[in-house]
Amino acid sequence: MDLITAVEEEQLREDLAEIRPGDTVRVYIRIVEGDRERTQVFQGTVMRLRKGGTRANFTVRRIAAHGVGVERTFPLHSPRIEKIEVLRHGHTRRAQLYFLRSRRGKAARLREKRI
Amino acid sequence: MHAILGKKVGMTQIFDERGEIVSVTLVEAGPCYITQVKTGENDGYTALQLGFGETKRLNKPQRGHLKELPPLRHLREVRVKDVQGYQVGQKFDASLFSVGDLVDVTGISKGKGFAGVMKRHGFRGGPATHGQSDRARAPGSIGAMTTPGRVFKGMRMAGRMGNERVTVQNLKVVLVDPERNLLGVRGSIPGSRGGLVMVQKAVKSK
Repeated sequence: MDLITAVEEEQLREDLAEIRPGDTVRVYIRIVEGDRERTQVFQGTVMRLRKGGTRANFTVRRIAAHGVGVERTFPLHSPRIEKIEVLRHGHTRRAQLYFLRSRRGKAARLREKRI
Repeated sequence: MHAILGKKVGMTQIFDERGEIVSVTLVEAGPCYITQVKTGENDGYTALQLGFGETKRLNKPQRGHLKELPPLRHLREVRVKDVQGYQVGQKFDASLFSVGDLVDVTGISKGKGFAGVMKRHGFRGGPATHGQSDRARAPGSIGAMTTPGRVFKGMRMAGRMGNERVTVQNLKVVLVDPERNLLGVRGSIPGSRGGLVMVQKAVKSK
């Protein structure tokens, strides 16, 4: 194994729940404010999941007040992520759900995946 | 000892203790040997010659120089004030540095070939519109007329770029692993992957 992958492997987190695009998730993020620390929760749909060792990240989209879409991208292996809860598996036919941006209200729903 | 030779492995990113992303260049540093001690009496100056990178083949003069040391591909010299306490054959590794140290990294930058003034010197080029043709990447005027009647020496023009010795100063060491001979410094360092680099204690650090 080359050294880069070896170093990256030490950083990877395997304790987090597996997520896929379309899932509705609740992400618990540790936020450091000066010397205080608190946990913030961000709930929404996983819009994309980009792989690549320690560089892997995922974007969660949620609809905030007044129908404003808010997207937040997290480094997947960040130690700042406390935990990820998967609430629902959505059925999708593509890996990047950019089409959600142009949909609003009921149209932006995803069918639940049959397991 | 304040310097070590190594091989640039490549870049990645890691999370620091605060959970923030740090871009890191990995260097396969050492093991290095002292291959020659240069003294004032013998050589007129004091320095240490370091060797790095085991190889299979060396010619006879090189092998004769290294004597019982393993065959080393790269030899580089570092100046030291005092050679006392250093002997030929001394071996050292990445544990020379510790996390948080500031280092200077020297290497040979990637060659860019014959580059124009925009790439080589950051000139702005000419206007792209208003009826201009062939002016977009041109250097503009390189001097006046009959006075002085020549182009001044050192005028920045197109030419060979890169493939020269470059030192990046004050990089923070973020990773040290003597077992794998691994050093990680924050930010980028000169040269291509696999290139020889020298990591030294920062000259300008306080």
